[in-house]
Amino acid sequence: MPAVTETIDAVASVTEGPYKYGFETDIEMEFAPKGLSEDIVRFISAKKNEPEWLLEWRLKAYAMWLKMEEPRWPAVKYPAIDYQDAYYYAAPKNKPGPKSLDEVDPELLKTYAKLGIPLKEQAILAGVEGAGDSPSEGGRLPVAVDAVFDSVSVATTFKHRLEKEGIIFCAISEAVQKHPELVKQYLGSVVPQADNFFAALNSAVFTDGSFVYIPKGVRCPMELSTYFRINAKSTGQFERTLIIADAGSHVSYLEGCTAPMRDENQLHAAVVELVAMDDATIKYSTVQNWYPGDENGKGGIYNFVTKRGACRGDRSKISWTQVETGSAITWKYPSCILQGADSVGEFYSVAITNNYQQADTGTKMFHIGPRTRSTIVSKGISAGHGQNTYRGQVKISPKATGARNFTQCDSLLIGDQCGAHTVPYIESRCMSAKVEHEATTSRIAEDQLFYCRQRGLSQEDAVGLIVNGFCREVLKELPMEFAVEAQKLLQISLEGSVG
Amino acid sequence: MLKIEGLTAEIDGKQILKGIDLEVPTGEIHAIMGPNGSGKSTLSYVLAGREGYEITGGTATFNGLDLLSMEPEERAAAGVFLAFQYPVELPGVGNANFLRTALNAIRRSKGEPEVDAMQFLKLARARMKELSMPEDMLKRGVNVGFSGGEKKRNEVLQMALLQPGLAILDETDSGLDIDALKIAADGVNAMRGPNFSSLVITHYQRLLNYIVPDRVHVLMNGRIVQSGGPELAKQLEESGYTAVQAA
Repeated sequence: MPAVTETIDAVASVTEGPYKYGFETDIEMEFAPKGLSEDIVRFISAKKNEPEWLLEWRLKAYAMWLKMEEPRWPAVKYPAIDYQDAYYYAAPKNKPGPKSLDEVDPELLKTYAKLGIPLKEQAILAGVEGAGDSPSEGGRLPVAVDAVFDSVSVATTFKHRLEKEGIIFCAISEAVQKHPELVKQYLGSVVPQADNFFAALNSAVFTDGSFVYIPKGVRCPMELSTYFRINAKSTGQFERTLIIADAGSHVSYLEGCTAPMRDENQLHAAVVELVAMDDATIKYSTVQNWYPGDENGKGGIYNFVTKRGACRGDRSKISWTQVETGSAITWKYPSCILQGADSVGEFYSVAITNNYQQADTGTKMFHIGPRTRSTIVSKGISAGHGQNTYRGQVKISPKATGARNFTQCDSLLIGDQCGAHTVPYIESRCMSAKVEHEATTSRIAEDQLFYCRQRGLSQEDAVGLIVNGFCREVLKELPMEFAVEAQKLLQISLEGSVG
Repeated sequence: MLKIEGLTAEIDGKQILKGIDLEVPTGEIHAIMGPNGSGKSTLSYVLAGREGYEITGGTATFNGLDLLSMEPEERAAAGVFLAFQYPVELPGVGNANFLRTALNAIRRSKGEPEVDAMQFLKLARARMKELSMPEDMLKRGVNVGFSGGEKKRNEVLQMALLQPGLAILDETDSGLDIDALKIAADGVNAMRGPNFSSLVITHYQRLLNYIVPDRVHVLMNGRIVQSGGPELAKQLEESGYTAVQAA
């Protein structure tokens, strides 16, 4: 079987290469026919058993997408994407729910084990009934996980425990069935269907993703996390995440993602919408580790993502933290619409480009309400032939009296073939607003490396230490459990970039 | 023991070391004195393995190991420590984290178990007390915002923690006031013993009042032109380097 051989080869190459999630799972899949058309949109909607209004919503998005053009303004280069040459729906074949670990498809089990998701969670992820409610082992803080495998959410953990607090954490396709009023009210309210080319595409064909609702005054007792995995060949992933934090609530959410190593480029066009009401706080962290392509720039994920949060309520706060180490191309600008008075938006970013990776990333902060505040800290690291662009917009409306923004953009260059670019747009229509922008560009100096090596550190450990120091302000924003992982990831991503 | 024979080195095509012969037996402290531009710092960098210097001839061994063929981190693991004249800043890298990473790298290479954060703090605090260093220096970025004196003391702290077999002190006295100088000297003197040797590079005799060397060598124009006991340093202080040149 060629697929099995390919899996073995992929795993073998992983043990040598720095990208350790590049394996492929050989599992029975169900695909929609290749290509994109109104029929495919209807097919996806039917597969998900969606109500009529959602199908209409999708078709409207599709109609708008047809009239739109792919954005050309980002500082990234890639060959034209053939949107008819991809699958828009791929799902592991649905079998009746297994009762114990022995009955679960061993290939799915292996996948989770390789991705480092703990055993207790493995039972839950594969859908074993009743495994989700016992407290976690070893005193580690429990993390509730929603696992999205290609186009579908395969399982969500700790659901029942969260339900006791009134928290809804489930696949968005499930929320459409069980909580249609919430989905209908908020879907597309932050990122409208026609917002941009990729958001319109996503609105038409999104397959799954996570849905979170935190009721009034509830502090979510654990980290919520979604784990995205692209596995199938020639498949695009279009997930949609919607998080609503009602008045006075608090939630911290983390997403992670990996994909097999392939020679082809795969498209990932997600939309994330966040809504924070009065005094609510949403902390959204991303550790993005999609397959970046090989050292010659072959293969890798095109990561074209729209993420936006609306601080609707007074004193609400939305904080984005991202560590972007993967993808061949990254195009994303997690943004905040600061409507509520005294609302706060934050963006902390580390983006690494090595080999032939390209990243055009940054944020947008729209100051609408009075005394709104935003902080932007961006750390770009370029190595190899990588190109790294920070693109940020700070817009202050006339009513945003006393608004404040502070932006800091630091670029670190490793080697002499890479590039760093900073493109800030600042627009203030309010006399009492205060906007600050600081930017630096530096290299890892030879004397820094020598100093570390003289103290016994290897060249690679020295680079890792210096890069982690450079990113410290951002990494400290990550939840503890993931900060350590992110540090390791940074070092792995830069392996072989010096010397 | 450190043994250097006929060592020549150049940078950007310019010859700096023109044939250095030097032996520092284990257990001894030797001082190298010389005017600016005589090659003192070059000698320390060449021994520690800094890039950019071309070794054109000669050998340098430490306890029989061919230093010149080793990577800088291998030399460090073999016990060679360089206290920098201008310690480098590492923004965002916590001093404690850096020191522990270095200590564990050295311990690993010796086959010793690594120390965890708690054990390290205990070790570091004890050493810092001896060096009169405020404890908050552990929390700050490596050398970031340190005064000149603090940077030098941080070097001595690293030496005290890493317990090298050979410490090369490159003008550790420059920029130190008299109290800091005494503390740094105490740090070196505390290391004295049958398994420790040191090469103290200095411009002035002042430091050698506190670290009394077994031998003093005068380096001029890329060569060692005179060697003697500690009294040679005092002579130099009185008559200056020009007198040596004339002799």
